[in-house]
Amino acid sequence: MEALFLAMFKALVAGLLMGLVFALVALGLTIIFGVMDVVNFAHGEFLMVGMYATLLTAPLLGVDPVLTLPFSALVGAGLGVLCYHGLIRHLLRGPTIAQLFGTFGLMLFLRNLALMIMGSEPMIVHQGILVGKSFVVGPGIVLGATKLAAAALSLGAFWGAWWLIDRTKTGKALTATSLDKEAAMYMGISTERVNALAWALGGASVAVAGGLLVNFWPVDPNVGLLFTMIAFATVALGGFGSIKGALVAGVLIGMIVQAPPVWDAMLRLVGSDAAEGFTIHSLKYTFVYLIYFLIMVVRPQGLFGWKQ
Amino acid sequence: MLEIKDLVVSYAGLPVLQGVSLKVEKGQAVSVVGSNGAGKSTLLKAVMGRARVSSGRAVFRGQDLAGLRTEKIVRLGLVYVPEDRKLFKPLSVEENLKLGAFIVDDPAQVQGRLEYVYELFPRLAERRQQAAGSMSGGEQQMLAIGRGLMSGPKLLMLDEPSLGLAPLMVSEVFETVRRLRQEGLTVLLVEQNVREALELTDHGYILQTGRIRQEGPSSDLLRSDMVREAFLGM
Repeated sequence: MEALFLAMFKALVAGLLMGLVFALVALGLTIIFGVMDVVNFAHGEFLMVGMYATLLTAPLLGVDPVLTLPFSALVGAGLGVLCYHGLIRHLLRGPTIAQLFGTFGLMLFLRNLALMIMGSEPMIVHQGILVGKSFVVGPGIVLGATKLAAAALSLGAFWGAWWLIDRTKTGKALTATSLDKEAAMYMGISTERVNALAWALGGASVAVAGGLLVNFWPVDPNVGLLFTMIAFATVALGGFGSIKGALVAGVLIGMIVQAPPVWDAMLRLVGSDAAEGFTIHSLKYTFVYLIYFLIMVVRPQGLFGWKQ
Repeated sequence: MLEIKDLVVSYAGLPVLQGVSLKVEKGQAVSVVGSNGAGKSTLLKAVMGRARVSSGRAVFRGQDLAGLRTEKIVRLGLVYVPEDRKLFKPLSVEENLKLGAFIVDDPAQVQGRLEYVYELFPRLAERRQQAAGSMSGGEQQMLAIGRGLMSGPKLLMLDEPSLGLAPLMVSEVFETVRRLRQEGLTVLLVEQNVREALELTDHGYILQTGRIRQEGPSSDLLRSDMVREAFLGM
């Protein structure tokens, strides 16, 4: 019984830490969707770019990977604005399907560009103040410093984004535009600039998430797919366009991903022979998509959604 | 203050406005009346840069509005209160009003206007924390007008403010327009409610199927046979 509780506690803690990073990954997707109803299929590729940005600039500048985060944010914001002005703005004039294909094409383009420049070999940060360090917080509970820092900084970045949107005049313009674009124009708000801002914010937040992830998660040109899917599930669960929803759903999904050890402990507890050879570890992301599917059927607007 | 000249607007090849001209002088209240589908809303939307103009032009305080973005036009002091109100429904009354003052940078000025609007519509003051979408139609219309006043417009364009309101509310909304006018605000009022609109404006235009049929001092129009027959049922 004790082993089960320990497994549950570990899963909760690990899920919370990973979940906060998932939430930050999803934040940009939900902001962009909230403001302009565009689903960015290249979101995971923005994350990949953020991962490479931290990975490559740390040795280049001779600083710790953690200190490259502002640079990653800048790269992400720049990429976001570039994509908005170079592609998305033009797609908006076409039918909705053009936006889907357009960002899908952007995904393929960024992925293959990375493949051409970086090659297919997975890479990870090997040196840094966080790498290889861990804290023992209880019997059998060890927290990696990289994950702990990633979670804390994700929460910090999330708070920053919330503050910007909820407390500043620029944020009010963002909210107004997402509620009613035409009404926002009548208030004298430049919706064009708000759109670009949404892409800058979206790109910056996901690139920071990438910079945090690459300390413990290897990057390769295809890393984006998994995170795009997780971000989609997070945004669907939390509600399209909802920032609070992204935070709550991110943590929930983090916990779902960490659930398999709890299942193992349960099987061990009942001493079932069925436990032999029956593992659900490889299915952990299947549960995430199952949630995605269920939420779409039961509550398409998500937990905190105000857009359908 | 505002001069519209030979404005032509078509939607999908169908002409909606076929050469409309009108003039609003400073301090004047002008109405454009006509039945549903006459092109009244299109006229205002075209002025705000929200409808594609085929030919003709609109000049506001000496500035040609052609090709200007809507938000730039608002910054010139031309404010539009749309027919469907377009409130930010989940936001509170006060948040809506503050968004109305988005282009105003001085917080003291925003506060002053807020107090003015609350004095104009005491009911909004009572409901300042309430979500805009949860109020009655009349209250929402008051909020839409109040929000339009927040930026301190030089010309306020009201699109069918009486639409869908209970009779008591209609007279309240018109009473407000009368007061704004007396305070010297320049108003362009678009209405289906022909008699009331003409009664509270100085000058009127009758718009029918995209053309101005008749224009003149509102009191003359009220007495004209054409208006009496077509709109007042006399």
